Amino acid sequence: MATSLAHDTPLARDSLMARIWSWVTTTDHKRIGVLYGVTAFLLFLLGGLEALFIRLQLASSGNTLVSAEAYNELFTMHGTTMVFMAVMPLSAAFFNFVIPLQIGARDVAFPRLNAFSYWVFLLGSLFMNASFLVGAAPNAGWFGYANLTATQYSPGLNIDFWVLGLQILGIASIAAGINFIATIVNMRAPGLRMMRLPVFTWMALVTQFIIVTAFPVITVALVFLMFDRFFGTNFYSVAAGGDVLLWQHLFWLFGHPEVYILILPAMGIISDVIPTFSRKPLFGYAVVVYSGLLIGILGWGVWAHHMFQVGLGPVADSVFAATTMLIAVPTGVKIFNWIATMWGGKIRFTTAMLFAVGFIAMFIIGGLSGVMHSSPPADLQQTDTYFVVAHFHYVLFGGAMLGIFSGIYYWWPKVTGRLLSEPIGKTHFWLTIIGSNLTFFPMHFIGLLGMPRRIYTYDAALGLDTMNLVATVGAFIMGLGALVFLFNVWYSRKRGAVAGDNPWGGATLEWAIPSPPPVYNFTAIPEVRSRLPLWSKDGMTPLPETPREDIHVPGGSFWPVLAAVGIVLMAIGALIKVLPVVFGGGVLLIVSVYAWAFEPFEV
Amino acid sequence: MAWAAGALLATTLVVSACGGDYPQSTLDPSADFGERIDALYRTIFWWALGVFVVVEAALLFVILRYRERPGLAEPKHVHGSTLLEVAWTLAPAIVLVFIAVPTIRTIFETDGTPDAGALEIEVIGHQWWWEFRYPEFGITTANEMHVPRGRPVALSMTSADVIHSFWVPRLGGKRDVIPRRTTRLAFTPDSVGEFLGQCAEFCGTSHANMRFRFMVDGEDEFVAWVAQQQAPPVAAEALTGLAREGAELFANPAKLCFGCHMVDGVSPGVLGPNLTHVGSRSMIASGILPNTREGLARWIRDPVGEKPGSLMPKVPLTEQEIAALVAYLQSLE
Repeated sequence: MATSLAHDTPLARDSLMARIWSWVTTTDHKRIGVLYGVTAFLLFLLGGLEALFIRLQLASSGNTLVSAEAYNELFTMHGTTMVFMAVMPLSAAFFNFVIPLQIGARDVAFPRLNAFSYWVFLLGSLFMNASFLVGAAPNAGWFGYANLTATQYSPGLNIDFWVLGLQILGIASIAAGINFIATIVNMRAPGLRMMRLPVFTWMALVTQFIIVTAFPVITVALVFLMFDRFFGTNFYSVAAGGDVLLWQHLFWLFGHPEVYILILPAMGIISDVIPTFSRKPLFGYAVVVYSGLLIGILGWGVWAHHMFQVGLGPVADSVFAATTMLIAVPTGVKIFNWIATMWGGKIRFTTAMLFAVGFIAMFIIGGLSGVMHSSPPADLQQTDTYFVVAHFHYVLFGGAMLGIFSGIYYWWPKVTGRLLSEPIGKTHFWLTIIGSNLTFFPMHFIGLLGMPRRIYTYDAALGLDTMNLVATVGAFIMGLGALVFLFNVWYSRKRGAVAGDNPWGGATLEWAIPSPPPVYNFTAIPEVRSRLPLWSKDGMTPLPETPREDIHVPGGSFWPVLAAVGIVLMAIGALIKVLPVVFGGGVLLIVSVYAWAFEPFEV
Repeated sequence: MAWAAGALLATTLVVSACGGDYPQSTLDPSADFGERIDALYRTIFWWALGVFVVVEAALLFVILRYRERPGLAEPKHVHGSTLLEVAWTLAPAIVLVFIAVPTIRTIFETDGTPDAGALEIEVIGHQWWWEFRYPEFGITTANEMHVPRGRPVALSMTSADVIHSFWVPRLGGKRDVIPRRTTRLAFTPDSVGEFLGQCAEFCGTSHANMRFRFMVDGEDEFVAWVAQQQAPPVAAEALTGLAREGAELFANPAKLCFGCHMVDGVSPGVLGPNLTHVGSRSMIASGILPNTREGLARWIRDPVGEKPGSLMPKVPLTEQEIAALVAYLQSLE
């Protein structure tokens, strides 16, 4: 399927089936980015809906809206969904769409592997959520501590869905991670040295290295658990001499780097947004890049701060307290550099910029409460309470999600060719800021005043009804904000102002090409001579109006989809314990990968 | 948004300042362990608040001062400053030293090493209740721990099933209770009273219902409590009427009670709480129902309805039989 100029988008006269087929088989990084974005946002809404049920249940003491069993499923799936199926793939949507454009490439290094990642992610998410349909959603927390997950204590399908679903999602993440490392390292335009990369692409690169190193760790932990549950091994079996703390070490050895997988892409986004709207280059570019690298590296040495309450002993506690506090330094440095970037600038408060500034303001709070429980004695009072819930929602909602919204408003015109409405966007922003602070700020006090996490009911005697009600009201204000955003999307599609190539006056390569970009991205691969090619005189070679010759871009392929189906079939077979289905899935996977390897890619 | 957060901080601080109404508050400690943590937390809090004010104020200043408006000059393209980078790398590092030093001191002060003469108590976590054993006195009880004021307490803890976490917020930090391991907590309660505790590590369906009470008694009350717990249970022969009927039901294998619950000299069960002196407790079912005739009857009528997932099944009993069992349990003081 040679694709040249004439065929860059499906034509209106193409039948609906043909257009659907072109999306299913697409290997275009931009379309895969859109697929990631839409899928992950729907899952974000689902995770948000689960959160609203949690908040409704906790709106008053002794509430009986949902049962204990349902509540445990809701908070488990809320965490699992937001971490693995919403925030990570929303970041992946930006990686897909933006990275090749920022580095002056026509696509990612392995376009079909990229499609494979998406389909594995989609089918894995459907697999995990299908657990609701059979009334057996995972219910041991997103952290799934052994030995509660053992067959003895969790006999149903709930944990089977979880242990298999997370392995599937891990495959998608690792494949994408390798793909983006190869892309960023190898496919930069001439002259685009590493220290000229936009900070978003830099942070994405750091994130990919964390993904390909951290996900194998949780995969090992999950394989152990799967073997315990399916084949009767004893990795975490107390009766047979296994150790339940093995799970915690493996899980948090993955789990803390995972926090940086969630936050670094958002830090990258706002590091691109803030300079654009301050009309100033990023202050201390090299320091921001190196501090991101340092966060990525230090993130490996802090996992046991999730385990202070298990009693690791005073020496281990002291060491992990010190490493955890150390991470505040590069994080603080980033915040100071963002503020210094705005200092002396001429700040345009577009919605994207508001979300970026909101990120900084909220992240400071999350960072400081993080320092509070980096201190093990203080943590012994705060861990497993709502204080920690407040902390990581300031980091992951106030940080990661506000950063992602900033990125959505920033790159939306590049993706669709139309702007999102600014007045509607600002309404969305203020509802989100007010709602999230109303929800998460009182949780600091709810926790310090003694309310543990993960409880479906609490006693009126704790005196926490009012604050919990405030948190619930805030959650619904956030939900209203999300509806306003959806309206903005609809409005933009119908009446959005046409964006043009560079609506914000951005400095990086993606703003040098039309919105939406043609399938081949660049009419000619530019030579880059500056970190800010569009702001510098002679920062890049000019792009011709039209390509000088036919450009070959990757054709479509159905094999990645079939390979993904094979993987999920294997999981379904394991779930229902029908061996032929497992083998069938395996055969489909092998055949698909084989056919994919021998499929002519460019004709 | 910075000021919005600041206003929220202020209002909520005011709300939280009026203590007393929060029986699980970590900010109102009543033992040396909790007091050390509280002092450390307050140190960290003021440092954090200082940093919060400085950084959010800088952010607020910048976004107000440099917002786009007529007459604002086109920005100069500054790329960075080594001096500033060094300064704001060192500044947080210095603040962290002021947090790290008292932190490490407190870690070693609160590491669970008991003081001399401590009262040893064994804690065993169960889905979803607490077993407490006093080797010094040969007592086994459930969900209500009694200690005398002023005597150091040393807890050695383990779990019979999954991981739980022992937490009495007003006495100090939590410690996980882990199968096949023994974890320790040590503290000295300094005032008489009833303190609420709760499992803090998610442990399955009724994690929310795994509560307990920590009673700090005066010296005399504690001695009396120990004597009462050491006494043999009331003999069935000494009972009359409804309670006598209940005693017989309790001993009847068809009614399942004695397979799981121990009453010293009467039944051997160890899966559920020891009921030898259940009548002396203020609450039942790990702190979710009052130990009254109504509370006991509700519990026996439908344990799983009261505590979802409860391992105690719903035993088919007539209302008359329930009333008899309640009368017997209330006689076990």
